[in-house]
Amino acid sequence: MSPIPIRDTLGMLEDNLERRKSVLPVPRRRALGWTKGLNLPRGGERVLYTGQMFQIVPAINAMTDRLAKMEGSWMANYFGVARRLNRWVNLAGVMARGDPQEAREYSGFLRNIVSLLRRSGVEFGYLYEDDLYAGALAHDEGLDDALRAHAEVVFRTLRSHGVKEVITVDPHTTEMLREIYPKVLKGYDLKVRTYLEVLVERRPTPVKQLGTSVTVHDSCIYARREGVIEQPRELLRRGGVEIREVERSGRATQCCGGPIEMLFPERSSELATQRVGQLSQVSKQVVTLCPLCLANLRRVAPEDVKITDVSTYLAKAYCPSTPAPAAADLSGAGTRAPADHGTPVEA
Amino acid sequence: MKVDPTLPDRLARTGGFNASACINCGSCTALCPLGMGPFPRQLFRYVLLGAREEVVRHTEEIYSCLLCKMCEDNCPAGVHIAENVRTLRTFLGREELGLATSEV
Repeated sequence: MSPIPIRDTLGMLEDNLERRKSVLPVPRRRALGWTKGLNLPRGGERVLYTGQMFQIVPAINAMTDRLAKMEGSWMANYFGVARRLNRWVNLAGVMARGDPQEAREYSGFLRNIVSLLRRSGVEFGYLYEDDLYAGALAHDEGLDDALRAHAEVVFRTLRSHGVKEVITVDPHTTEMLREIYPKVLKGYDLKVRTYLEVLVERRPTPVKQLGTSVTVHDSCIYARREGVIEQPRELLRRGGVEIREVERSGRATQCCGGPIEMLFPERSSELATQRVGQLSQVSKQVVTLCPLCLANLRRVAPEDVKITDVSTYLAKAYCPSTPAPAAADLSGAGTRAPADHGTPVEA
Repeated sequence: MKVDPTLPDRLARTGGFNASACINCGSCTALCPLGMGPFPRQLFRYVLLGAREEVVRHTEEIYSCLLCKMCEDNCPAGVHIAENVRTLRTFLGREELGLATSEV
């Protein structure tokens, strides 16, 4: 059997980061389509920083499905050719076209976050094309030279806009900007907080008690490295959501398998199945705090288990009106209006 | 077993590698959601012994680690397990896989 070749896969990631400033470059309309109609001011001392994670995940999903088919097949032998070709043609743009409906839903999560911050009186700008991927995968795979060079580009870009504080929306970007960049960059002094930490401080008043119950799948990074455990729970509880804790929760959370989905899709899927089993015994409504956890758990979840991003519930509880619909041309396909807050919540 | 006596020192120089703090209690192996036999303490032992070939033979295990820190969070000796694994990836990437210096 030929497993996914480690050298060529990581080589491609490294090349992409250097040449295209992302491990999985997505087209501009994918990266920025979610901002349409929101009138986010450009730049400023405090910015919302997505690190493109919610925008990349639908593409990662498409790529993972393709890699899973290659694992153990003759196609795995052609990765060396693919890497050479990828230096000239953005293969991710060709291979990893994500599902348009999924892309719209992930855009909806970002729009929820904007609504929640605005509702809480937080003022912030956005960097648009300069909202760069933070380099988490390069860091995790030990591609230290590529990471350092990329981190310098990201920090230089943030500084050129006069940014002093960033509000992050996912665990991977948070860890990179808060823990890793200070270790690899000289003079790095940005204040970094997740939107969940910002919201808890602001104590927004709920507009609705949702009267439902969920279980929370904690992100390993948030729970064991970043101290983000109670904040989402407090916000959910105030919004009338009862939390049923799975045995392995908080600092004892069990990984969704996502970190190895690129190189070992089968093993990643086994771990996700195990985790969905644990969670669904406690509740059929599961809340995630990370777009990668969401994608990996959803991929294996039975139909009666509803897994969605925490922002779906929070927006329903705290925002009086639905946010402006995500751009219809976001994915370049179809004009169906997106769901207002992502997956429906059973109240 | 061939021994490369410079291996532990070279890895230690990267700053993040502290496998010598390991007391070999086995908590990490017991807690690993992947349940891989040699992981991670046996692997660190190979490094400390300078058994380079054994480290290279476990390339797949090294890249399989989730870096979830379940083991590290419960390590009684305070070993930076995830950073150690990452350091091994950097080492393998540079010396075995030709990575970490982009070819143009």
